Amino acid sequence: MRFIFKTSYAQDLRLFQHGGQVFWYGLLLAALFSAPAWAGEYLMTQLVFVAIYSLVGFGLMMLTGFTGQVSLGHAAFLAVGAYTEAILAARGVPIFVSIPAAAALAAAVGVVVGLPALRLKGIYLAIATLAFNVIVEEIAARWESVTNGNAGMPVAPVTLFGHELEPDRGFYYLCLLLAVAACLACINLLRSPTGRAFVAIRDSEVSASCMGVNLAMYKTISFAFSAALTGVAGALYAHKVGFISPEQFSLLVSIELITIVILGGVGFLHGAVLGAAFVIVLPQAIAVAKDFLPPTMAPSGLQAVVFGIVLILVIIFEPMGLYGRWLKIRTWFELFPFYRRGMFRRQRTYTKTERLR
Amino acid sequence: MTDLAQLLVAGISTGCVYALVALGFVLIYKATETVNFAQGDLMMLGAFFALTSSTVFGWPYWATIVFAAAVMAVVGMTVERIVIRPVLGHPAFTVVMITIGVGYVMRGIVTMVPGWGTETYQIPTPFAEAVWTAGGVVLPVQQLAVIAMTAALCAVLYVFFRFTRIGIAMQATSQNQLAAYYMGIPVRRVNMMIWGLSAAVAAFAGILLAPVTFVHSNMGFIGLKAFPAAVVGGFGSVPGAIVGGLIIGVVEALAGYYLPEGFKDVAAYVVVLLVLMLRPSGLFGETMRKKV
Repeated sequence: MRFIFKTSYAQDLRLFQHGGQVFWYGLLLAALFSAPAWAGEYLMTQLVFVAIYSLVGFGLMMLTGFTGQVSLGHAAFLAVGAYTEAILAARGVPIFVSIPAAAALAAAVGVVVGLPALRLKGIYLAIATLAFNVIVEEIAARWESVTNGNAGMPVAPVTLFGHELEPDRGFYYLCLLLAVAACLACINLLRSPTGRAFVAIRDSEVSASCMGVNLAMYKTISFAFSAALTGVAGALYAHKVGFISPEQFSLLVSIELITIVILGGVGFLHGAVLGAAFVIVLPQAIAVAKDFLPPTMAPSGLQAVVFGIVLILVIIFEPMGLYGRWLKIRTWFELFPFYRRGMFRRQRTYTKTERLR
Repeated sequence: MTDLAQLLVAGISTGCVYALVALGFVLIYKATETVNFAQGDLMMLGAFFALTSSTVFGWPYWATIVFAAAVMAVVGMTVERIVIRPVLGHPAFTVVMITIGVGYVMRGIVTMVPGWGTETYQIPTPFAEAVWTAGGVVLPVQQLAVIAMTAALCAVLYVFFRFTRIGIAMQATSQNQLAAYYMGIPVRRVNMMIWGLSAAVAAFAGILLAPVTFVHSNMGFIGLKAFPAAVVGGFGSVPGAIVGGLIIGVVEALAGYYLPEGFKDVAAYVVVLLVLMLRPSGLFGETMRKKV
């Protein structure tokens, strides 16, 4: 059992609360940075996808988990990032320029989408972002001079100083670096007044504005930041997949992205990574499990059924997501034998919050 | 002029389907504060039950409607009992995610059932190819039938909500659960019935939609167009849902004819963005202020 004696306020804001965290996160980083040495080609591909989805997860977590603004349109930001990167890469623009450009353009679009968010809440916002997603997908399909329409466009591999990055060494490090940087950026943002304002808005808009939080400004910042991270992820995704077309950014993808946050655990940055890993691993696990099933069960629908059931079960039995489950396990060990079942019980609200605006 | 009339009829008949799906959203939203993203999939499932009863059992059209609606009512009540009730009172978006999960499961199950699968089917209807001509305007009987049947259903629902004991209890529950509970209304059971009713309406919509898009496992995505309908009408208003559905249907039909290709698919969403920006409570929405 560990006691942390806090003797100064600076201690509260430290990146790592105690030595154990330094050790474990250091170990994780070392494992990830040495991954090309011990992981096979297949595993490397999965790790790259987990890094890309984690980037989206961080973005969505900042928006949905910490600012409380629901978005069902993040695939649109992914599309903006991916198309920007594809077009710039085809012109030979180096990635130092093109990835920030993808992030900036996505952020600009995020600000535009954030504008209605200043007036909308809850489900209305979800529907507005959903509508925006459909419109962006349709623009990508119809604006053939730029996006090549439904035929899709190939994306050149990443080049750095005239050398092509190896897909499972150099590109992996690029994704990993960006994901770690994004994670640090999120942590730092959350420690700053801006992050506190986000959380205040999530918990209660009325009290946040009474405390002097400028709702319009912080919601817009949150949308822009979230969209920028998703734009970076889109740029990496475009390079990884090597070919992009509008249907890769449909509403179903947006729903998949939001499940990252829900499955991982709303309101925890760890949850974004865990959720991303889960969303990547689950289809593979199902594909493996299929080999053991009788072929009469039509496999096409199996993934949807398992995915849906997992989603339902997680929400009913573990509303805090995968990270919440880990927290409970950890607390059980830390407090052994004094853990009590009600410790993490969430209060039900039964309020009519949506209708009172 | 004849073009316009034909477009209007076509738009209204599509709008009727949107209206019925939106009606399902609104019924559930008013009662349980839950937005049911699986409404389109309930519609799809209803259409598949109708398909089975008409092709496998060989029942007549009207019997298939009653059968599908009845089966779907049971499905809707089961869904409410098993997955929605345990999470009532959780944050609204959590419940939305659970309905998305339900949608996934339904879509998956349909592709796994033998005889349903991923193929596209057609439900035979008594008014397949016939047309009426009135003053140069060619009107497919199919579309007129959809409009007439929607109107009839709305009349039945009106009578149900206005004059029956259960209907009035449902209205009370959707206005104020606590007050309804104090008046001796079993709120949970009523909520379950509302889910059943909403699923039955969805089945009806699915059968009406079947001749247009045919029956397949992804037909539920049309439910996403019913969101704009519900929002345009104001999410908490039953007549609003009907009007919103008709507006979306007509706008879509007109956009498909007068605007360049591609606008038809996004017209509904452009309309909903405009409505959300200009009048977020919708045309018929009630606005209440939160008092702190």
